[in-house]
Amino acid sequence: MYPFNYHKPASVSEAVSLFRNADDPMYLSGGMTLIPTMKQRLAAPTDLIDLSGIPEVSGIEVSADRVRVGAFTRHNDVVRSPEINKTLPVLSHLAGLIGDNQVRNRGTIGGSVANSDPSADYPAAVVGLGATVYTQDRSISGDEFFLNLFETALHPGEIITHIDFPVPTRAAYQKFPNPASRYAVVGVLIAEFAGTIRVGVTGAGPCACRASGMEEVLNQNLTVAALDAVEVPDAGFNSDLHASAEYRAHLVKVMARRALADLLGQ
Amino acid sequence: MSEVVSQAESENQGIGAPVRRREDLRFITGDGRYTDDINQPGQLYAAFCRSPYPRVRIDNIDASEALALPGVVAVYTGQQLVDDGLGDLPCGWMVKSKDGTEMISAPHPPMAATVANYVGEPYALVLAETLQIAKQAAELVDTDFTELNAVVDLAHASGSENIYEGIENNLAYEWALGDEDATKMAFARAAHVTTLDLTNNRLIPNALEPRACLGMYERGTGDYTLYTTSQNPHLERLVLSAFVQIAPEHKLRIIAPDVGGGFGSKIFIYSEETSVIWAAGKIKRPIKWVADRSESFLADAHGRDHITRAELAMDEMGRFTGLRVKTTANLGAYLSTFGSSVPTYLYGTLLAGQYKTPNIYVEVQGTYTNTAPVDAYRGAGRPEATYVVERIVDQAARELGKDPADLRRMNMIQPEDFPYETPVALTYDTGNYEASLDKALEMIDYAGFEARQAEAAERGKRRGIGLACYIEACGLAPSKLAIQLGAGVGLYESGEIRMNPTGSVSVFTGSHSHGQGHETTFAQVVSDKLGVSYDDVEVIHGDTGRMEFGLGTYGSRSLAVGGSALMVAAEKVIEKGRKIAAHMMQAQVDQVDFENGQFTLQDSNQSVSIQEVAFAAYVPADYPEDLEPGLTEKAFYDPNNFTYPAGTHVAEVEVDLETGVVQLVDFVAVDDFGHIINPLIVDGQVHGGVAQGAGQALMEHGIYDEYGQLQTGSFMDYTMPRADDLPDFRVDTTVTPCTHNPLGVKGCGEAGAIGSPAAIMNAVTHALGNKDISMPATPEKVWRAIRGE
Repeated sequence: MYPFNYHKPASVSEAVSLFRNADDPMYLSGGMTLIPTMKQRLAAPTDLIDLSGIPEVSGIEVSADRVRVGAFTRHNDVVRSPEINKTLPVLSHLAGLIGDNQVRNRGTIGGSVANSDPSADYPAAVVGLGATVYTQDRSISGDEFFLNLFETALHPGEIITHIDFPVPTRAAYQKFPNPASRYAVVGVLIAEFAGTIRVGVTGAGPCACRASGMEEVLNQNLTVAALDAVEVPDAGFNSDLHASAEYRAHLVKVMARRALADLLGQ
Repeated sequence: MSEVVSQAESENQGIGAPVRRREDLRFITGDGRYTDDINQPGQLYAAFCRSPYPRVRIDNIDASEALALPGVVAVYTGQQLVDDGLGDLPCGWMVKSKDGTEMISAPHPPMAATVANYVGEPYALVLAETLQIAKQAAELVDTDFTELNAVVDLAHASGSENIYEGIENNLAYEWALGDEDATKMAFARAAHVTTLDLTNNRLIPNALEPRACLGMYERGTGDYTLYTTSQNPHLERLVLSAFVQIAPEHKLRIIAPDVGGGFGSKIFIYSEETSVIWAAGKIKRPIKWVADRSESFLADAHGRDHITRAELAMDEMGRFTGLRVKTTANLGAYLSTFGSSVPTYLYGTLLAGQYKTPNIYVEVQGTYTNTAPVDAYRGAGRPEATYVVERIVDQAARELGKDPADLRRMNMIQPEDFPYETPVALTYDTGNYEASLDKALEMIDYAGFEARQAEAAERGKRRGIGLACYIEACGLAPSKLAIQLGAGVGLYESGEIRMNPTGSVSVFTGSHSHGQGHETTFAQVVSDKLGVSYDDVEVIHGDTGRMEFGLGTYGSRSLAVGGSALMVAAEKVIEKGRKIAAHMMQAQVDQVDFENGQFTLQDSNQSVSIQEVAFAAYVPADYPEDLEPGLTEKAFYDPNNFTYPAGTHVAEVEVDLETGVVQLVDFVAVDDFGHIINPLIVDGQVHGGVAQGAGQALMEHGIYDEYGQLQTGSFMDYTMPRADDLPDFRVDTTVTPCTHNPLGVKGCGEAGAIGSPAAIMNAVTHALGNKDISMPATPEKVWRAIRGE
């Protein structure tokens, strides 16, 4: 790890001000990606701005049609939240599949979403549930948030404060974990909102995205069999030691079938 | 097992009792003392510059910028070590090619000097006041390399450019064992021949504790001390003294304190530790180096990595008449300490397995590539041999339409055949292979498999079952034989037992515990033999300054060889004690019996305890005139054969037909380890070994890309088995005591990793409808096999 300046601001505005006045700053949330990267000397921020002391970015608020999760909420807080388990159980389920217990104790939803790791789980929920990402300045539609590999709609210095998830009628998430890292090789979240289906896919491409072909078919015919007709082209999909693009494309379909079967209670 | 249970129930802490490991409390409460826990005032920190390319010429090293960084004390290059007169890191086992010529060792200086031959090979050492500065300075060392053509692909290495001048076709040796002509004849007469191509995947050891060292030099005395993560500190001292020439043996002390796992990877004499102890002498300050996990992946010796074609000849009945094996073994860029012996004497000699195959011939091409050196890793040669034999036997059974268990049974060596001389140079002393097969089949409910398979099919899973009836040779072993076969050292072990004046016992062993639990089992052995309380026995190991000599722990040898040495030493203690006791009781020596810690005068009610005898030995007021005071005895034990643990492992897997995921759903291991000292520890050894075997079969694979870069250089990509990947293992034992060591024990440390890969892969093959795929059976590979690719 290279030397850096450490800051622990007490408010979002203080954090942003620190960010603007530093050479090459980075925000530190759970640090589950950033700290290992720094330890391997692959990242060398001059200033690390720790967001753990900011009350505005924490807390869980649940109403009948919306679940609001503060950006600094740890994964295990989502796993264990009785309110989320009751109102949006798919989110608790998904959070419980992230990494291992140590990671879930430290990692945060804001950090995960802001990182746009192509194999992270939360992005499937942001896209699949049509969430809205809030920053200190604005709100960003979940559909427009992830732009590319490790690239989001966030401006430099912009901090996610919270994420609003609309509550679907029902939803399910299925993940094919990388056997080594347990990141998602492919993860598919399917949600039903008043008769409309959304499908969010993570792991397959450079960033999480909706599977519009599946959505169209399922909006007509909400059965597992209907998915058989959907072609999942592998163009642009990731390919690595653990899964070729072709295999990933296949897994998208398998995970979608399984998620839909869960959703339908089959 | 009944014997063991009855002793356990009697709350005995001696031989056979399931005593909990005494070392675990300190390990699991953070009170262990590992190399990195030891610090010296004024110590420097080392960081290594490592080759970023698989094969380079080192043209120039400019360390000026690194040296200018405040806190940097020195930068040493590999060339400086050579110029200082240090010798190469030697390979300790000379293997001859089949034409009688000696193997050809590639030059292996302590650090790369003029060329580097694998990614991660160290070529310069930076010393600084802090670790951060050392690492930063290592990045500032400016090195000019000329990239040379690298040889990475094992299958084509022998036809590629020569890595080393004078080593044609990149072959260190072309070794053979067995009768080629007789085997050829057997194939000519065979009624059926089964042929199988196999890959034994490269593994990366990944002990919990990475390698580490702390090197020190005493100006006043000229003494060197090296704390390090070693499985065999005396061997390390011998090599560093006699070959590398760091210092004479009496001026070099190697201490291996608590060591967090080795699996073979900490046997070897590596660049880093060697460079650090040398540099400590140069700079005259202590130097600490601890590998980070990335360095472990790159620069620990890897394991396995074979490509094999095997052929099995059978008669009309299915009796094995010949086995012919040709293996290309990856040695990596250099011959590591025992790298030459693993794919030869620890592999070819095991190809008889449990069977009476009369003709066996094996050829092994020991091949250099521009990858990390390959050496012993848990099982070392025997898992590779078992994989060949047990996979081809299964394949043959399928081709012949026979039940794999029946075909094995029909060919097994029978209890009346022992001692059994194989066609590949070993003599098995004892065993009962059908007994373990029968027990394993009963435990797995072999007959009920079809019902389980049908039930799985309803869930969309394809279930398969696979057997492996393994044998291995361990407890390394007769020095004379090993030296005849090329070993550079003996393979005995030493032990010393000191009865202290007040009756407690200090036990010194040349074996080394890095997770095996010697402090417990050896105390059980000695307390049982001397009839003293288990709590009064302390076991000390891992320090060349405290024990006389030792060859360390590898090849499942500690109990069979090191434990036997303690038995011999204990016998000497008893014999001397008998003389003292006789004197105390004013009797003749032959009138004194010893049992349960008491010396008793025959036909009398007179007795003295061994503790009283010890006190008399150290306070010799009334004492035999012709006897030296003191009660401490040592022994060197050299076995006259290997021990031959054997058993049957049975795996059941379920394959998800949609995703290709293989789940290991049941695993039975029935092993014959002879007498058992501590059944808890034996179970633990089997569990750990099976977990590693499951890792090899289903997950682990060290992969270099075509450019020689390690693609699986972290746990993000190198798949280690985790607890939730594994079922509850069901383990049991059968017992045929070893015939030639005083404890009747056989090694148990590697068996789990030896039998399980073949059992699991046979189960996968079975599940896939006899479609053969290479290890590891990863999801995409299995998915493609299901699709018929």
